[in-house]
Amino acid sequence: MIWSKRNILFPLKLTDSLLQGILRAGAVISALVMLLISLFLVVESWPVLGQISPVRFFTDTSWHPLEGAYQLMPILAGTLYASVGALLLAIPLGIASALFIVYYASPRLAKWYKRLVELLVGIPSVVFGFWGLTTLVPLINQLHPPGASLLAAILVLTLMILPTITLTAYSALMAVPAEFLRNAIALGISRWGMIQGVALPAAKNGITAGIILAAARALGETMAVLMVAGNVVQYPETFFDPVRTLAANIALETAYAMGDHRAVLFVSGLLLMLLVMVLSGIAGLLEKQRHA
Amino acid sequence: MHEVRNTHAWQILRDRGVQFLIYASVLLISAVFIWILVDLIRGGIAHLSWEFLIEPPRDTGRAGGIAPILVSTLLILLVAVLTAVPIAWTTAILLAEFVAVDNAFGKAVRFSLHVLAGVPSIVFGLFGNAFFSIYLGLGFSILSGGLTLACMLLPILTSTAEAGLRTVPNTYRTSASALGLTRTAALIHLILPAAAPVLAAGLLLGIGRALAETAALLFTSGYVERMPDSLLDSGRALALHIFDLSMNVPGGDTPAYASSLVLVSLLLCINILAMKFAHGLQRRKIMT
Amino acid sequence: MSMSDSKKFLLVFITCFVLEFGGLACAYAASERLVLTGSSTVAPLVGEMARRFETMNPGVRIDVQTGGTSRGINDTRNGTADIGMVSRALKPDENGLHAFTIALDGISIILHANNRVTALSKQQIIDIYTGKITNWRSVGGADARITVVNKAEGRSTLELFLHYLELKNSQIKPHAIIGDNPQGIKTVAGNPNAIGYVSIGAAEYEAERGVPIKLLPLDGVDATIANVRNGTFPLSRPLNLITSREPQELARRFIEFARSLQTHDLVEAQYFVPVEVN
Repeated sequence: MIWSKRNILFPLKLTDSLLQGILRAGAVISALVMLLISLFLVVESWPVLGQISPVRFFTDTSWHPLEGAYQLMPILAGTLYASVGALLLAIPLGIASALFIVYYASPRLAKWYKRLVELLVGIPSVVFGFWGLTTLVPLINQLHPPGASLLAAILVLTLMILPTITLTAYSALMAVPAEFLRNAIALGISRWGMIQGVALPAAKNGITAGIILAAARALGETMAVLMVAGNVVQYPETFFDPVRTLAANIALETAYAMGDHRAVLFVSGLLLMLLVMVLSGIAGLLEKQRHA
Repeated sequence: MHEVRNTHAWQILRDRGVQFLIYASVLLISAVFIWILVDLIRGGIAHLSWEFLIEPPRDTGRAGGIAPILVSTLLILLVAVLTAVPIAWTTAILLAEFVAVDNAFGKAVRFSLHVLAGVPSIVFGLFGNAFFSIYLGLGFSILSGGLTLACMLLPILTSTAEAGLRTVPNTYRTSASALGLTRTAALIHLILPAAAPVLAAGLLLGIGRALAETAALLFTSGYVERMPDSLLDSGRALALHIFDLSMNVPGGDTPAYASSLVLVSLLLCINILAMKFAHGLQRRKIMT
Repeated sequence: MSMSDSKKFLLVFITCFVLEFGGLACAYAASERLVLTGSSTVAPLVGEMARRFETMNPGVRIDVQTGGTSRGINDTRNGTADIGMVSRALKPDENGLHAFTIALDGISIILHANNRVTALSKQQIIDIYTGKITNWRSVGGADARITVVNKAEGRSTLELFLHYLELKNSQIKPHAIIGDNPQGIKTVAGNPNAIGYVSIGAAEYEAERGVPIKLLPLDGVDATIANVRNGTFPLSRPLNLITSREPQELARRFIEFARSLQTHDLVEAQYFVPVEVN
């Protein structure tokens, strides 16, 4: 596998220091991308951050940017409802899937099921959105119009974050030392007793990290939600009411937003990024704790 | 004694209950997954043909095919990968081979990439629109879209490459240095070839991510559905085509199903290939 | 280094990067190029015009992107687009822009073809859109909840519709928000209890090809091209191309072409009313 056909004395005089210089340049560019993104988001949000008091995002009467009203709360609420709803469904299903793969299924079945979940990761969000739009929305519409609703958003998001939770929980459970489990079995504890008393507590941090990552993904998901949520800015009263999420709002309005409106959308982008950053930061810390 | 038997019976009952719930969840998830796949296949297979792949769309996509869209998608991917790979891989080599784990610069770069990995794609779209399309004046073009995706791919390409390089056993490095090889020579002749399968797996994962992306392209590459003449032309990516057909074209569901089928098949192939490469690595790790 | 210098440097840097690694020789734009953005009502028509213009003028490339009237104005002002597409008359405060009318259009209420309702009074439309009437039964239809479809902000179709009803957008109680005209048509065609409003041109175009929607009369006047043409339809509007300065060269040639007799068949094929320009 090792290619040593070429002369060891590399024709181009690529010295160690020159190479290091090139590598460093690459690394500096990588690091700068994040700074550049933050800089541009702040610059574009500046007209609003500088002039409009942030309190107005919570005190304005409604979200009607062309009438100068920038109430973000219903959109924030919609984002949270959709994400929390999806998490409530995806956490038990995801952990159950991981337990199935690790402790319940035969090796063959486990392999197939794991592959299925991995393939689920590969389905792009726009395809989930399209499927939701053509299959779920008409179904929900028969139940209770208009169909495009918080419920549709929750269901589609659940499918999208399920693999994240399953696969992280799987690797956390696989990392539980086998002797723990052997000891438990030797003590005559039942299978679920062992899982509940030994495996899950030992894998707790890894599973939590996965859940937080999934939460970050749900908050930031755009296309699938945009296609099925109905996008009405309001506090939903039932699961059948349409909602708009932060990310969908950006996708829907950036195309034609100008001036303060555009700046407010960049503020919401900044907000979304900070939210997700905090979440992935917590997940990173948990991961570190697990390895320590 | 009686009590013990009771708790034992209860335990068996509880275990059965839990097992039932777990099997039910797994059945539910598999059923939904198969439902989605069957829906996609049933909706799109009749419309799918060789002509569909090589013809331009007509009548806003209701008729004709997706040829220019495939070309645009490929060009966007090419720009993204060719921009991101050199930066990501040099960064990964630096982090894995040349910088101590607790080095401040290395830590800063790693932290920055970690944060970047968490940024939602719509935010990349906002940034790409403000920076590439407007500030740099690239407009709605394949170049803007590709460069925006390149930013998005940096973290995943870097982290997979770094992980790959770290799996190369240290004996490679020590033997190379014992033979008097410079670090550069050792890197080029030993370490990179040994890590190649993982680099390839990471690259494939990145390509898959880019192929699936819609939100970041919405305001950067635009959605002109014609054959692009240059990188400065707007080009519609396949994922965006599905979005447009399903949202904006009455009667566009059938071609949207067919396009989804094309996209999902491409992604499945890429992901399976990536898994193969990663598996190869694991096998080798056991052997060395 | 001045601002524009640093910009150029960055651009050159990035282009070099891409060219170097890809060896892509195709990074040169077509010799003559126009970018149009704006109203989704105007875009399909201008797209057809652009195709004909391109075949008549080899080497010219015209890109048409939608996004709404406000975006057309915005992009034209900041130079992202050479020409903007605007589906209403320019407002008095939008000075400094040059508008060229290429066609006339109206806005009509659309329902699903199976809906029993055949006419709505202006007051009924207001009540439906403000949430006072929530069931089709109240206006002579079946017993079903009404799904109110509204356009996203920044769309001139919305502005004109609100102006006609004398409402503000904040008073409307929608159940679904849509962007472009076709999305509105698709939403109504897919939901028998929905009510929406779109460009007459777009609606007739789709209805003719079998999409299950129907157009309702406004104030007793049928929503037809003929009534837009003779000026009796209450909710009519001009479709405009706009430029930020007096159009030059290619832009001028395209605008002249779009207003000439050579495109009247295209205008009529899209169910709009051609304008006579001398």
